[in-house]
Amino acid sequence: MNIRVKFTKTGIARFMGQLDLLRYFQKANRRAEIAVTYSSGYNPHQTMSFSAPLGLGATSEAEYMDIEVTQSAPSAEMVRRLNAVMAEGIEILSWRQLPQQSKSAMAVTAAADYLVYFRDGYEPEDPAGWVQSFRDFCEQPVILGTKQTKKKTEQIDLRPMIHRIEVTIEDLSSHPHLVNLSQKEQIALRMRLSSGSVDNLKPELVMEAFDCFRGQKEASRALQVHRMEIYARQNGQEEAESGLISLEEMGEEIE
Amino acid sequence: MRKLALTDDILLQIEKPIRYVGGEINSCGKDFDSVEIHFAMCFPDVYEIGMSHLGIQILYDMFNHWEDTMCDRVYSPWLDLDKLMREQQIPLFAVESQRPVKSFEFLGITLQYEMCYTNVLQILDLSQIPLRASQRGEDDPIVIGGGPCAYNPEPIAPFFDLFYIGEGETQYRTILDLYKENKAAGGSRTRFLEMAAQVPGIYVPAFYDTAYNEDGTIASFTANNPHAKNRIVKEIVRNISDTYYPEKPIVPFLRATQDRVVLEIQRGCIRGCRFCQAGMVYRPVRERSLEFLKNMAQKMIANTGHEEITLSSLSSSDYSGLKELVNFLMTTLEGKHVNIALPSLRIDAFSLDVMGKVQDIRKSSITFAPEAGSQRMRDVINKNLTEEVIVNGAGMAFEAGWNKVKLYFMLGLPTETTEDMEAIAVLSDQIARRYYEIPKEQRNGRVSISASTSFFVPKPFTPLQWAQMFSREEYLTRARTVNHAMKAQLNHKSLSYHWHDADVTVLEGVFARGDRKVADAIECAYKMGCIYDAWGESFHYDRWLQAFEACGLSIDFYTTRQRDLDEILPWDFIDTGVTKEFLKREWRRAMNGETTPNCRQACSGCGVMKFGGGVCFEHKS
Repeated sequence: MNIRVKFTKTGIARFMGQLDLLRYFQKANRRAEIAVTYSSGYNPHQTMSFSAPLGLGATSEAEYMDIEVTQSAPSAEMVRRLNAVMAEGIEILSWRQLPQQSKSAMAVTAAADYLVYFRDGYEPEDPAGWVQSFRDFCEQPVILGTKQTKKKTEQIDLRPMIHRIEVTIEDLSSHPHLVNLSQKEQIALRMRLSSGSVDNLKPELVMEAFDCFRGQKEASRALQVHRMEIYARQNGQEEAESGLISLEEMGEEIE
Repeated sequence: MRKLALTDDILLQIEKPIRYVGGEINSCGKDFDSVEIHFAMCFPDVYEIGMSHLGIQILYDMFNHWEDTMCDRVYSPWLDLDKLMREQQIPLFAVESQRPVKSFEFLGITLQYEMCYTNVLQILDLSQIPLRASQRGEDDPIVIGGGPCAYNPEPIAPFFDLFYIGEGETQYRTILDLYKENKAAGGSRTRFLEMAAQVPGIYVPAFYDTAYNEDGTIASFTANNPHAKNRIVKEIVRNISDTYYPEKPIVPFLRATQDRVVLEIQRGCIRGCRFCQAGMVYRPVRERSLEFLKNMAQKMIANTGHEEITLSSLSSSDYSGLKELVNFLMTTLEGKHVNIALPSLRIDAFSLDVMGKVQDIRKSSITFAPEAGSQRMRDVINKNLTEEVIVNGAGMAFEAGWNKVKLYFMLGLPTETTEDMEAIAVLSDQIARRYYEIPKEQRNGRVSISASTSFFVPKPFTPLQWAQMFSREEYLTRARTVNHAMKAQLNHKSLSYHWHDADVTVLEGVFARGDRKVADAIECAYKMGCIYDAWGESFHYDRWLQAFEACGLSIDFYTTRQRDLDEILPWDFIDTGVTKEFLKREWRRAMNGETTPNCRQACSGCGVMKFGGGVCFEHKS
């Protein structure tokens, strides 16, 4: 059976690269005695795949791992077993069974929600001015961004890949998975961006476009990126925003 | 969440930031403020190397078993972080607690290879601890050295408050208790060192003076403090089935060099190879019981989730319960996708059978370490491996489907002739010929024999400790001789040959047999920017040459000079149990090309029987 595991990647785990994460879960599954299936051949691997990798330093409360297992206890029990062997920053949030023949998390990903904020000590001197300038940026009919592919650098319109974007000033301290928070109310950007193999827009690229827009570069590494959710598009609802479903909701709890 | 010592700004500028944040699976994570003694255990090299070291895992586990103690780990920051820490004056910290090393009571540094000596200075410097013990104050950590290089501590003696000679499991509890006692009594740092100097195995360099002859050799080595012992006898664990061993070893997030469960099946070696320091200083051989190992193996695999287990020892084939252990592991791990690695194993029917079951024969290779090409040379070094055994072993492997062989040799051994050097090529060719004896239709493609040579570095407490080394030019000439001979062989297209760097060899030779004067050159080279000397890309031979010159020291004095058998050697005050008389006897036998039987064949009276354990007493109880 195919299982989708949702987990956080925050705390020190934000410095784990994608390969480290893969190795981490290979060993964690073994410590938790999860009945993962293995590929055949002389160098068998656990049947395992992940959703789109996060940049180093970014945090998330919605990472996904798909695994194939031969058997499973109820979801709550599996979550508990895995959490008993986790490291700081990685918490298992759910264990759900996917319908037969499901595509991998990576393959179905269509969009993702991000929260972007300034790391403690890097806030702009004039938050209100910054917010106003960002609102102006968002209101442009065309948002020019620079996309770098292997061969060339090209200017493209990011607008179609930005589903929604908003900026507020608020106290983020009650949010459980964030790092590098300021002690006070701070600028918070929330955005839903296209993600996945067709259209993929990273929040960092939006922020670079903003730098270009106002002709001023943010201090490098001033911004903290946090992923809040990843979505797939439900069949037959290619255009509507309501057609998005979180990767977690595609699976069912095992009772 | 722990507060990290480095900001995200720094962590995201450097390679592999996960090296510096701790929090690994099975790390202990004791509360810094809730214990009395803080011990920072350091491996002075990059994290992935340091994390792979079994000795630290054993001691880390032992220290953290004690309620009053927390043991944390320290590694060398890689060059990128090193630069930033210097620029921004960030003090070096331990990875788990993220606290500055300077706030610990002890800093223990393991000395696994000589080429880490400048990294020791890097650790002290970045920790903001004075490099020399003589300059440290009451608030500085007590800096302790241990590990194999501590058997000749002299070249780095001024940088350490004390050295622990021998196996760490035995005396640390006493040392910590003395520390607490002295602290409670309001005693000074010097008073503590005096107390520690009386503990078996502990050497406090400041309590000894060396006087030199005009020719630079040692005239005398004497204690200058009434608490200091005249001889330091190494510490050993008599029963290694009843001692500390990490049931829950730390699993790093990064792929460490040893990304597997390491099961130490025995300590010491019966073989008596005359070049091998480990084979001499870890005597006598002590085996861990099968029950201990079976139990540990299962727990460690369950607690780490590792996909491989390796049986570690100097010569695994000599472990008397090997077959039973391997069969047990193969049975219990069946279907669990755990690979069994068997390094340092003699190639015979048993090992090939096991390897055939756990490895992909088409991809793996068979390794031999004949160490020398000719039988005469192997007799000199007492390497008990004949050409017949090697060729037959390779033959069996070829018939079972292997077609890759790795061979390890040394060049620059004492009494080595051109013929001995060329014999490396001849032996490689013999093995290739054996492959082509197999009918063509049964062969698995072409054979590949890859031979490599390192240059021999004489080590303290070995029978070859008096051997002369050669100049770097001479080493390279010898490597070229082998290379030419390789090309002249019938099967030269199946042979490949690599040789190690000669510059590093020369320096390693100086550090291995150096005296206290060498410390000045090490400090000087460090101040000229030398660190990570074990890493080719950051090794600067020219700076080292300048450093020796600036300190008025001759490299040749330590390397190419002929030592007299009666000369006082810098490490003579240490007693490893193996007597100097035995070493001299072995040196003479080496010069005559006479071999010596191994410990199980016949006792050669090396002296370690006085420790009252191990192979010396097998069949005697």
